[in-house]
Amino acid sequence: MAVEIIEPGLAASIQDRGRPGYYSVGIPPSGAADLRAAVTANLLVGNPPDAAVIEAPYMGPALMFDAPAVVAVTGATMPTLLNGAPAPQWESFPVAAGDQLTFGFLRAGARIYIAVAGGFDVPVVLGSRSTYALGGFGGFGGRNLRKGDVIPVGRANGGPGRAVPEELRPAYRREIELRVVLGLYDYRLTEAGRNCLLESEWTLTPVADRTGFRYSGPVLEWEERIQPFGAGSDPSNIVDAGYPIGSIQVPGGVEPIILHRDAVSGGGYAMVATVISADLNRVAQCSPGTRTRFVPVTLDEALRARADDQARAARLREALEATR
Amino acid sequence: MSEHVVQSPLPGIFYTKPSPDQPPFVEVGSVVTADTTVGLVEVMKQFAEVKAGVNGTVTEIHAENESIIGPGDGILTVEKG
Repeated sequence: MAVEIIEPGLAASIQDRGRPGYYSVGIPPSGAADLRAAVTANLLVGNPPDAAVIEAPYMGPALMFDAPAVVAVTGATMPTLLNGAPAPQWESFPVAAGDQLTFGFLRAGARIYIAVAGGFDVPVVLGSRSTYALGGFGGFGGRNLRKGDVIPVGRANGGPGRAVPEELRPAYRREIELRVVLGLYDYRLTEAGRNCLLESEWTLTPVADRTGFRYSGPVLEWEERIQPFGAGSDPSNIVDAGYPIGSIQVPGGVEPIILHRDAVSGGGYAMVATVISADLNRVAQCSPGTRTRFVPVTLDEALRARADDQARAARLREALEATR
Repeated sequence: MSEHVVQSPLPGIFYTKPSPDQPPFVEVGSVVTADTTVGLVEVMKQFAEVKAGVNGTVTEIHAENESIIGPGDGILTVEKG
């Protein structure tokens, strides 16, 4: 079977759990920006967690199914309509041949995930079906989805009626705290600059995509120094270094950018902190205007948060398998 | 006669004109068709056109140029006909 894109939405793309292992040669991990929501959508329709789904930021696409299928929509809160009638989110439901799935205006969060039982069957490139649109490969034709695309779906064995228990569904807020580990280059900020980073409220700008999330707020102050050979002349410049996913750079001291799953792998801006892995999915569900604070944690605390997050994921998996 | 409020489909920054030195897409009194572009919403470095959605006359403009807008916010009112 296949799914036709009647309307593409805005920068919707095919994503799976990503393409780890090539960042050192400049290829980012890609994959669903909110991995938890994508994996959940797959589990709801009986797919393996690494099946490919559609990620649609800010605006839903319109899809048509050419055969009966089982579908689930997770992630951002967005009215989901099957042939114009309300359909659930966080719950698998059946569709018939010729049915159309459309969406209303975004209510909370930023990105929806649409899984179809069987998974979107696009070619595997470097171990993943994820689209890396900047690089022009992966996903459907190496690009975001367009009107008229017909995406094949693999063979399925999922059923409808599987739902995420209410208490395990995320709540999205317009005010958020993101946990960060300071470094590696926070020493380049003055003490006032570091305090300003951690004590200010930052507002997410509309520059918020798979590559990075840019925030407006005050100007950070840097320590003066004679720039080392190989570094640019701005005090926020360093000799080129690798950029971790989640790292925060502040070009020119204005508008911090959190790098996300389609980030460039390195460059010459000082990374003053890194958002912990347990909070990256939450970054992906922030829409422009979200008021944000960066809360410093230690590496041990970050690792505990990761373990807690993985335990929550395991509880969710068990809850879904129990309803099978 | 009935009124239609054109809503923003997206969160982002709203623009009343195609570029800073050009006139606005529409003004109060402009006659529009369903396919007329009435503004732009910028998000993720992309500019999405907002269409009027109905045929009629613009009676009121609610959203200011370069203001932050949310999905479902009213942009302008069109009197249908």
